Amino acid sequence: MSATARVVRPVSVASFAQSQNVRRDDERNEVEGLMPVIAEVFGNIGITKDDVDFICSGSTDYLIGGPFSFVMALDAVGVWPPRSESHVEMDGAWALYEAWVLLQEGEIDAALVYSFGRSSLGDLNEILTLQLDPYYEAPLWPDIVSLSALQAQAMIDAGTATEADFAAVASRSRRDALANPKAQVRKDVPPEVLLQDDYVVAPLRRHALPPVTDGAAAIVLAAGDKATAWSERPVWITGFDHRMETHALGARDLTTSPSTARAAEVAGVASGKVDVAELHAPFAHQEQILVEALGLDDSVVINPSGGALAANPIMSAGLIRIGEAAERIRSGRADRAVAHATSGPCLQQNLVCVLEGGA
Amino acid sequence: MAERCAVIGVGQTHHKAKRDDVSIAGLVREAAKMALADADLTWSDIDAVVIGKAPDMFEGNMMPEIYLAPALGAVGKPMFRVHTAGSVGGSTALVAAHLVSSGIHKRVLTVAYEKQSDSDAMWALSVPQPFAAPLLAGAGGYFAPHIRAYMRRSGAPDHIGRMVAVKDRKNAMRNPYAHLHLADIDMKMVEDSMMLWDPLRYLEACPSSDGAAAMVLAAEDALSGAYPPAWVHGMAMRSEPTMFAGRDQINPQAGRDCSADVYAQAGVTDPRAQFDCAEVYVPFSWYEPMWLENLGFCELGDGWKLTESGATAFDGDIPWNPSGGVLSSNPIGASGMLRFLEVAMQVRGQAGEHQVEGARLALGQAYGGGSQFFAMWVVGSDRP
Repeated sequence: MSATARVVRPVSVASFAQSQNVRRDDERNEVEGLMPVIAEVFGNIGITKDDVDFICSGSTDYLIGGPFSFVMALDAVGVWPPRSESHVEMDGAWALYEAWVLLQEGEIDAALVYSFGRSSLGDLNEILTLQLDPYYEAPLWPDIVSLSALQAQAMIDAGTATEADFAAVASRSRRDALANPKAQVRKDVPPEVLLQDDYVVAPLRRHALPPVTDGAAAIVLAAGDKATAWSERPVWITGFDHRMETHALGARDLTTSPSTARAAEVAGVASGKVDVAELHAPFAHQEQILVEALGLDDSVVINPSGGALAANPIMSAGLIRIGEAAERIRSGRADRAVAHATSGPCLQQNLVCVLEGGA
Repeated sequence: MAERCAVIGVGQTHHKAKRDDVSIAGLVREAAKMALADADLTWSDIDAVVIGKAPDMFEGNMMPEIYLAPALGAVGKPMFRVHTAGSVGGSTALVAAHLVSSGIHKRVLTVAYEKQSDSDAMWALSVPQPFAAPLLAGAGGYFAPHIRAYMRRSGAPDHIGRMVAVKDRKNAMRNPYAHLHLADIDMKMVEDSMMLWDPLRYLEACPSSDGAAAMVLAAEDALSGAYPPAWVHGMAMRSEPTMFAGRDQINPQAGRDCSADVYAQAGVTDPRAQFDCAEVYVPFSWYEPMWLENLGFCELGDGWKLTESGATAFDGDIPWNPSGGVLSSNPIGASGMLRFLEVAMQVRGQAGEHQVEGARLALGQAYGGGSQFFAMWVVGSDRP
């Protein structure tokens, strides 16, 4: 592969901000929800939009139910005079990838990345069904919770996990979220109590599902002199890759994630000790699949933020993983971290970002 | 430092009102296979896939890269989805080109499409939004007042729009892939067509097409294919807000800034003299004179004079849209990429009957939203 031979230009996650993650934000539209996040991500490091050379955002029209939801969202930044700007209909983690690619060329030194979405506007479980093959699958309306339940059942059938494992992940995630004021679901409930929940779709009980979340997030990337000027302890992206799997669920082994494993290999996850991992595992059972694919051992702290089980703002939940991992390093609680984002049913597409603290 | 990047393969579908012989996957695969064949490559030679299209609601398929991954040979590879409104086909090509010029990948397949017959773009563009005035007019209704303002500002006579409509449809007769092949097109036929959005008549508007475009982009040490490469000499994107007091929607600053950037990269100081041809996003006839001015091919107010003089005709000194342009084929998400692809074909000398003789340097432009998103590239037959 060409990726291994290339010298990676160091790029720092210079600043991160996220909104309060809530079940329903009725008070503000997308622009109003984004504005304080954009202000904070610049304010953290005392810069303005004039200090970034490129802007990239991630969102999906299907949350607002109308075309071009990203167009008005630009008003949260205020792109005047005109700016070099792009948008992906993907989680903001991929918007960050696009910005990172541009920074690799060495002709620009800073970029703003943001993403947003109000999942509360519709029935998210039904909406995500529209990601499926529009001819043979979507018309049958297999919803995303049911597809995830098939994946969890496959793990149980393979003997790699039990329902108690799922409950343990959910319990730990929401307990850890007590230390994250931006999280939506924060509570300390032991696994044995969670196992008394009813099934939503067997074998997934309510606790194994992510919450429905409205939220937004933003990151400033910096390279060169700006990276060191904007941060006393720059958090460098030292490896970055993403990979796709087939859409045919029947052709996949749902108990594994070869795309995550491949992305981890290209990003160099195994080339050093990992202190912390922020994994975008919306359903409790998916954490174990990702941990195995990434080759993380028991010493790695998984999702100290609470992860997507504590707040799952669609289109931002992946970008937030990168921001949370970077903040762990910046605050000195970790030296090397892995952040992950996913897209599609049952972890079909996966992104892996390796972060390391600098001097 | 950025690596050199070149187009080494192009492919496009036959664009039609309804491609009911193929699924969406079949449509994109048709263009992609053609691009691979042109580059003399197979699926396994491709490092990454970048796909773009206009709003997902145009087909009712959310984040379609998820569904299209196996059809485009993307399983096990990075796959990326771009969406920047009407400019998306151009932006998608630029994102793909940056994957090469950044040194991350050697060969990238980029694809853009729209299957408009699967839905109704007019409807999808007009979904009522909270606190927003319902336009219910689609793109033509949005742009018609801008065209009126241009006519008033420049003093352009009424027939200029009809001239562009005729010229681009005559060019399309040379392009076997074009949607519209109107052999009898003339000024009278355009004038007699139904008024849609004053001053735009039916034949001054783009069609609604199913179609896809694909290109293979490669690094300097990964060239292949029978035709010479089309080297990327410059690429840029610019965006500005949809609305604010004082915004010039007729001659947007973002378009001027974007062209200034891309010309500087390519060493272009006199676009009319230096470019051999241009493929520019003209979905409604009047956008030719408007963009002639915005892109600096003439002085402000003179765009219509350039069109009227025949300079932009196929046998003029600076042919615009020799392929027939958006006025002859409009699979929306692919329309921008078709502009980028067509200029690559021109400088590679593979444009067949619509080949501009001796074309060596050309401009591709795409715009979108409320004339607020711009994507451009300059390609040439000389290595930059």
